[in-house]
Amino acid sequence: MELEKIYYDNKVVKAFIIATVIFGIVGMTVGLLAAIQLFYPLFNFDLQYTTFGRIRPLHTNAVIFAFVGNAMFAGVYYSMQRLLKTRMFSDALSWIHFWGWQLIIVAAAITLPLGITTSKEYAELEWPIDIAITLVWVVFGWNMIGTILRRREQHMYVAIWFYIATFVTVAVLHVVNSFEIPVTLFKSYSWYAGVQDALVQWWYGHNAVAFFLTTPFLGIMYYFLPKAANRPVYSYRLSIIHFWSLIFIYIWAGPHHLLYTSLPDWAQSLGVVFSIMLIAPSWGGMLNGLLTLRGAWDRVREDAVLKFMVVAVTAYGMATLEGPLLSLKNVNAIAHFTDWIVAHVHVGGLGWNGFLIFGMFYWLVPRMWGTSLYSPRLANAHFWLGTLGIIFYALPMYVAGVMQSLMWKQFNPDGFLAYQNFLETSTRIMPFYMLRAVGGLLYLAGVFIMAYNLIKTANQGKLIVNEEANVAPLMKVSHATGGYWHRVLESKPVLFTVLAFVAILIGGIIELVPTFLIKSNVPTIASVKPYTPLELHGRDIYIREGCVGCHSQMVRPFRSEVQRYDPKDGQYSKSGEYVYDHPFLWGSKRTGPDLQRLGGKYADSWHYRHMYAPGDVSNGSIMPAYPWLYEQTIDKNETAGKIQALRTVGVPYPDGYESQAVSDLEKQANEIVARLKKEELETIPEAEIVALIAYLQRLGMDVKVKEVAENQ
Amino acid sequence: MYKSILQSIDNIAIWPIISFVIFFLFFLLLLWYVFTADQKFIKKMSEQPLQDSNHSDVLNSEIV
Repeated sequence: MELEKIYYDNKVVKAFIIATVIFGIVGMTVGLLAAIQLFYPLFNFDLQYTTFGRIRPLHTNAVIFAFVGNAMFAGVYYSMQRLLKTRMFSDALSWIHFWGWQLIIVAAAITLPLGITTSKEYAELEWPIDIAITLVWVVFGWNMIGTILRRREQHMYVAIWFYIATFVTVAVLHVVNSFEIPVTLFKSYSWYAGVQDALVQWWYGHNAVAFFLTTPFLGIMYYFLPKAANRPVYSYRLSIIHFWSLIFIYIWAGPHHLLYTSLPDWAQSLGVVFSIMLIAPSWGGMLNGLLTLRGAWDRVREDAVLKFMVVAVTAYGMATLEGPLLSLKNVNAIAHFTDWIVAHVHVGGLGWNGFLIFGMFYWLVPRMWGTSLYSPRLANAHFWLGTLGIIFYALPMYVAGVMQSLMWKQFNPDGFLAYQNFLETSTRIMPFYMLRAVGGLLYLAGVFIMAYNLIKTANQGKLIVNEEANVAPLMKVSHATGGYWHRVLESKPVLFTVLAFVAILIGGIIELVPTFLIKSNVPTIASVKPYTPLELHGRDIYIREGCVGCHSQMVRPFRSEVQRYDPKDGQYSKSGEYVYDHPFLWGSKRTGPDLQRLGGKYADSWHYRHMYAPGDVSNGSIMPAYPWLYEQTIDKNETAGKIQALRTVGVPYPDGYESQAVSDLEKQANEIVARLKKEELETIPEAEIVALIAYLQRLGMDVKVKEVAENQ
Repeated sequence: MYKSILQSIDNIAIWPIISFVIFFLFFLLLLWYVFTADQKFIKKMSEQPLQDSNHSDVLNSEIV
């Protein structure tokens, strides 16, 4: 058979590798800053662009989409060409994809510190960037499917299936979760409200973990681990089962992020069941990875690449056992809203994604530059620093999480909360926050060492820009079918893609649609009214400042929570309270107390003083100060637009209300200013702090209305 | 409007059950395929990543 000479494109892979290292360092440095801010609030610098609330989404987005995302593309572009024995479909598309993705990252790095955010976790970017992401993702998919269609291998290796599932599912998730109504160029409201918004968001959030952080890296594992170990994957059969069961089951598990919330019970149970089922495929995949090293374990001792990969796969196994356990309602009752979850995601992020990326790069760079690794010793040093970093990160967070949760729930013999003041529970876990920052620093130091090692390696070799390969052309086999239907499927990429699409769509539809359709899922509460125009402005400031990063708005139905957050009325949160919340602001972490019942708890003047210098009002508070809220003013020209946009998505503001909204706003602002003045606090009605106070004082008031009315 | 249309579908609850049955059958089929698949084909597929590169030399020199 005559062999064809082809050239693999290494240049775009190089570009993605460089971007990964740069953004990895940036993202982790920002993470370290955020970690330090939690015990030294001084490091918020009293500057709005660097406060924790705005920095945290910058960290998560940078690490997920810039660090892990770029590494994913590097791995996919390298392995796909070789597995399919063809160059990428189009160099132009590869480069549009590369630069488009970097532009999106830069846009995120600019907009997030400016407070331009939707506040939905891992989907914070505003609507123009959402559209850009969609376009770039289509370019990636187009390039990928094009490459698959012109392949010179009859059948697609399992790694390619994972890449296909990644492309299809992320596209669906991103589009569905990004339905929003634009108000201005940089502001939009989620199309969904309250419970529905929460369900869509965590269907997205959970599956972003599944299909952005997991499936592409399983593909990478199935390619690079056999290469590094120089032996085929332990069981190809297991990988087939692994693939289908993983993509089918994963998509259902999202509601486990919302246990004990106002989400309907049936949806919560569904999430739990599928989460437990997930252990099977996840561990199947992990064992498949580890057993690939059978007979090669002696090499793990010497080879840094294999060391990184072994720890990565082990971390995958730990995180995917821990995840389902956290989905059990009794475990979740303790773990949710605490640092336990932070530990959990970092075992996945630092261990699974990070270490697999490092292992892949130490293997890839010497080969792409036609040389050997500059310093295996430094790679080993990186390995140990990184491993220690993970341990120093995760262990203190586990202890802090459990400790704080138990303190939240502790009652004294008289039946009162043992730690009445939330702050008491925070100050006690400060030492663990410090240890966590040490862990982060160790891990980051390792990344710097890797960057140095890789640069030195590249400098001593020369990039093989177009790598030559001699391959056999694909013989057109018209009916290589036989009785094996899956084998047929592996040779029909389009059909394969459609089936994967159907598999993930069914879970999504069954989970989401009933919550939208069946009215009894969200019982309405007559006293719940839309926000006033001033409260709306205040809510948007709350969103801008990322308050949701530390404060939940979801009192779970536990005695300890009801007594802590609503001792007078004893009300836990009901789904009907959120029907006008576009977006929902339930939060996922309580670094500070829940705010769902905050309204009326303190005087306006308390909030005024507290937001200016939280440490002065609550001794030992780690909350950042917000001095700019006292200088900046709200833009009343936007009020009408906000009302109109919300009416479009179903908030029942009367027709023509927008013309009256500004005068209502001014009236309410003047009342607050007058109350502040009584306490000798001078401010103007347009100040942002006034709007924020209006919003904070509104929280939870709808369900207290009856009592207020009776008192009058 | 779309809400009332979907709400009016009779026995809408049957759809989840149907989809469960479909996927359960799919998994049975998958298991059956996996256990009866052609050994040679499986072996060939699993060796795909190892056949695609020119640097087995680098790899071997590293082991030594």
